[in-house]
Amino acid sequence: MSEPASAPRATALREIHEQAGATLVDFAGWLMPLRYGSETAEHRAVRRAAGLFDLSHMGEIRVSGPEADLALDYALVGHLSKVKVGRARYTMITSADGGVLDDLIVYRLGGEEYLVVANAANTATVAGALAERAETFDAQVTDESADHALIAVQGPRAVDVLAPLTDAELGAIRYYAGYEHTVADHPVLLARTGYTGEDGFEIFVRPADGAPALWRALMESGAGQGLVPAGLSARDTLRLEAGMPLYGQELTADLTPFDAGLGRVVTFDKPGDFVGRAALEAAALTSRERRLIGLASRGRRPLRRGQEVLRDGTAVGTVTSGAPSPTLSRPIAMAYVDGDLDTATGTFSVDVRGRAEEVDVVELPFYKRSA
Amino acid sequence: MSVPTNLGYTADHEWVLVEGDIATVGVTAYAADALGDVVFVDLPEPGTEVTAGAPCGEVESTKSVSEVYSPVSGEITEVNAALESAPETINQAPYGDGWLFQARVFAEPTDLLSAQEYEQMTKDEE
Repeated sequence: MSEPASAPRATALREIHEQAGATLVDFAGWLMPLRYGSETAEHRAVRRAAGLFDLSHMGEIRVSGPEADLALDYALVGHLSKVKVGRARYTMITSADGGVLDDLIVYRLGGEEYLVVANAANTATVAGALAERAETFDAQVTDESADHALIAVQGPRAVDVLAPLTDAELGAIRYYAGYEHTVADHPVLLARTGYTGEDGFEIFVRPADGAPALWRALMESGAGQGLVPAGLSARDTLRLEAGMPLYGQELTADLTPFDAGLGRVVTFDKPGDFVGRAALEAAALTSRERRLIGLASRGRRPLRRGQEVLRDGTAVGTVTSGAPSPTLSRPIAMAYVDGDLDTATGTFSVDVRGRAEEVDVVELPFYKRSA
Repeated sequence: MSVPTNLGYTADHEWVLVEGDIATVGVTAYAADALGDVVFVDLPEPGTEVTAGAPCGEVESTKSVSEVYSPVSGEITEVNAALESAPETINQAPYGDGWLFQARVFAEPTDLLSAQEYEQMTKDEE
């Protein structure tokens, strides 16, 4: 990936982050809060109470028109025409060879209108591919990323934080549903989605300049609920504990969704052709080349991306994401291993700069919230 | 963040307090803050000889691994064992309970920065 030569773009919330003492870093061309104080404390606050995230770097691409549904069925691996208005779907866009270009959440806003949410680093690629693939359909593709801010409230107290600010009946918004509502007098898309393993909401604000007032209203509402601003560092450890893949680590253009163990997102049972169908049908039949497993260390030394996984001293795979887990109080990692590897027997370790750190193979996700 | 004036500093963001022939070494508050939450510390065993300016251990935070450079040449006499179970002490009290190790120095270190010089250096880095 090439670094953008220009200075990173600031979100509408930059001043608020600076006032809060955030450490700001260039992330995929955006100046984003990495942490405000202790990232471990932010992580724990999201598990116990609630955290507020600025995710305005994410891409928002609108697909609308009489054939928007058919265009997305053709462009993506999922069956988007079947998604009901007000619901959302986790899906992927692949190239013709089946390699994952990005993982996406697609919201159906209306019969002829969808909002595709892409990772910041991939937004231009996704918007370009969607526009190209929609050409033969009666549908328009518009990259509206610059117009949107995105704020997430995540954690068991998210409903309590949000409730005083909206007339929306929050209990009626199911997981992976999203509707247009008013929050703190701002018209928003209010969705029950997230990337932390907790209950929570993602709030799409348009135009983006409404975001600071909305952020302040949420912080005020959450003051008695234990709400804290949380940065990308906490977001990464939260999603890792929740066993959620990150594009660029667990997902890349070299892997099909089947390689990543996420073949369930591919719907062959939909009408018509779609980009990647032939390659993915072949990939579904061949045995998976690799498998994503969870590792928890018996030591204290953090496991990191790129480190080698060993079984009885023999290299069998590579760590894709690793971090100390605040919830489990031990280092954890996700790693790709050979698909047919026996993980039930043998002694597993990770090569941490020349030292074999003994690890346990554990079930993913590492953390699941109690219902 | 005030920099204690009774300590010497290195450009690698360690602090050192020399009392007689014993030097106590830690990382500065500026470095601890830049690292984020410290989650693991790897230090030389007592009896190990360390060389001024050479790496002698590691401090790992959530996101990164950083080497610890010894500010002095000498022999390790004691390491802060409390950091093994509570490495976050480095963030909480970098100049106090978060100290890293003590060494019997072979010679008084000469090229340390004063608090004022170190503070100026960190300001220039920003």
